[in-house]
Amino acid sequence: MKYVDEFRDRELAANLAANIQGEAEPSRHYRFMEFCGGHTHAIARYGVADLLPQNVQMIHGPGCPVCVLPVGRVDMAIRLALECKVMLCTYGDVMRVPASDGLSLIRAKALGADIRIVYSPLDALRLAIDNPQREVVFLAIGFETTTPPSALAIRQAAQQSLQNFSVLCCHVLTPPAIMHILDAADVPEEGGVTIDGFVGPAHVSVVIGSLPYERFAAVHRKPVVIAGFEPLDVMQAILMLVRQVNEGRAEIENEFTRAVSRSGNTLAQTVTAEIFDLRVSFEWRGLGEVGASALRIRSAYETFDAERRFDLTYRPVPDHKQCECGAILRGVKKPTDCKLFGTICTPENPMGSCMVSSEGSCAAHYSYGRFRDIPVVAI
Amino acid sequence: MNTPKRHYARPLDLKHGRIDMNHGAGGRLSMQLIEEVFVRAFDNEFLRQGNDGALLPATAGQRLVMATDAHVISPLFFPGGDIGCLAVNGTLNDVAMLAATPLYLSASFILEEGLLLSDLKRIVDSMASAANYAGVPIVTGDTKVVEKGSGDGVFICTTGVGVLSDGPSVGGASARPGDAVLLSGTIGDHGIAVLSLRESLEFDTTIESDTAALHTLVAAMLAAVASGAIHVLRDPTRGGLATTLNEIARQSDVGMMLHESAIPILPQVEAACELLGLDPLYIANEGKLVAIVARDAAAALLEAMKAHPLGKAATCIGYVTEDSNRFVQMNTSVGGQRVVDWLSGEPMPRIC
Repeated sequence: MKYVDEFRDRELAANLAANIQGEAEPSRHYRFMEFCGGHTHAIARYGVADLLPQNVQMIHGPGCPVCVLPVGRVDMAIRLALECKVMLCTYGDVMRVPASDGLSLIRAKALGADIRIVYSPLDALRLAIDNPQREVVFLAIGFETTTPPSALAIRQAAQQSLQNFSVLCCHVLTPPAIMHILDAADVPEEGGVTIDGFVGPAHVSVVIGSLPYERFAAVHRKPVVIAGFEPLDVMQAILMLVRQVNEGRAEIENEFTRAVSRSGNTLAQTVTAEIFDLRVSFEWRGLGEVGASALRIRSAYETFDAERRFDLTYRPVPDHKQCECGAILRGVKKPTDCKLFGTICTPENPMGSCMVSSEGSCAAHYSYGRFRDIPVVAI
Repeated sequence: MNTPKRHYARPLDLKHGRIDMNHGAGGRLSMQLIEEVFVRAFDNEFLRQGNDGALLPATAGQRLVMATDAHVISPLFFPGGDIGCLAVNGTLNDVAMLAATPLYLSASFILEEGLLLSDLKRIVDSMASAANYAGVPIVTGDTKVVEKGSGDGVFICTTGVGVLSDGPSVGGASARPGDAVLLSGTIGDHGIAVLSLRESLEFDTTIESDTAALHTLVAAMLAAVASGAIHVLRDPTRGGLATTLNEIARQSDVGMMLHESAIPILPQVEAACELLGLDPLYIANEGKLVAIVARDAAAALLEAMKAHPLGKAATCIGYVTEDSNRFVQMNTSVGGQRVVDWLSGEPMPRIC
């Protein structure tokens, strides 16, 4: 397929692997975090780790939108569907995220809740127009990539004065999360982990541009290379990170020039800013409360805010005691360090969020990389 | 003098009529539906016996194979087929995958109140033509009607009976380390064709379902090599190629090593999967088969498959390995390795 096959070429991959091998200094250990679940997925699906030398290690970051969604937020959505009897619309990935009381959206659906999988918030808007007698709520999750479509849906609902449509906004922001990880990394005694550089998000950066990352390089002296989601993109970014580390540079570089500019998609940024403003704080699964890291619907659009419309309150829910998702999301632990991994926590029965989506580091490792390190027997 | 009246003064309104509860009550209207829709389309000597079951000739010295399948699909009509031909081909394939020759089919219909008779007629005609094309008659059947809301238009259960001579059995537990894994053609066509019509996902596509009866392909394969050379046959339907191979690995207590670049995928299917964040390895097929065969018979089998219209794109996609973990693994296109795991839940598009 044009524009895809070129970025999965075996020969080019072998060349890049040889370059990484040749340029990585044997005496040095390189630890890079790929922030985005899309990269985690690509690394696992294409077996990119096999092509890297032993001393170049990838740490899977918290950039999987469903993985960082705290249980309390899914509980809110389930309450809306089961108790308030709304028609709840959301993206397919969210369906299996474990919530309280052994529930998830898919299990709530089996209990009779009206829950629909949509591919765009505009589909939810359409459902609201087609079902004027029903309250329709869109559970909006994701990073800067999925935020502009949610903003557009709200703007259109306002223009049409829709009375039965609202959004449960759980949109989060990438730069504060990276900042949070870097702040923790500076205090190793608090569970921080040394990271030598970041593979920067692909689709998120298409929207926000490369500008917001410039602070990390300046303040934390960490290199960031923005990369596309294809395996060759990731490998090229790793090579660029190795070079920056070797040369003692900490710069923002852009491997994904075919889609990412310095200023990003200003049209998308404008509609986002028109509809949303910053929350003071938001709980991230695995990271805990992170200040100014998420969006809420501006009061001018409050009738479209499901939290206000249905007077919902957020109740935080602690994770399973032995679940290591938190440490895994911060890059402190690997999936195989978790006692639950592959035993009681599997993609069929996820205990923690990292096992839910194929972008989550546990699910990616379970489904694509199990053969390397665990003696589990397939079912 | 009275002239005898015809049984039904008015024929069914096959243009605008709909199924109602009376069609399932077992009375005159039920009989009319059976005669004017089902019997007329499926007509054969066994069905004409008119009993609740069919009296069939038995063949001495042969083993019987029986398979049953329930068919539910939304939408009922999709590019390249409909629930009717799917219900015939799917069950014929289950019989054929045991290397048997399918002889007879039965069909049971669960109709939802309100179903358009024109849709039912279209589905039944499609079944009749698929059965006719395959040369396997539908010899008995049943119809029930459920209230609106209790069904999804129509559900069809079909059962197939076939025969098989004595000899080594073909089955999921017979894969051996060293065997070649053959695939009869491109994967993902059916699943993507159906997905293209789903509510909120409609996209224009030229992809058509690959629904087809595979028993003639199987017969050509069996004729091409010595008895016992074909160890496993299976059609990778729901769950896709990945799930089918994992089922076989589990049953046979072996592993597999596949080559990603050898697996044929139509560019349109690949593009749709890219767009939706789906993995074609997990997308359903309805007219493809996987054959696990003795390595020295692989070349002859591939030649026989390629000579058949349903196996033109046949290829060897990997080999069976010894592996107590029973992992299906794959050399990826970029040169890494990964596990090809079981499908977990329904394939869900990724949002990022």
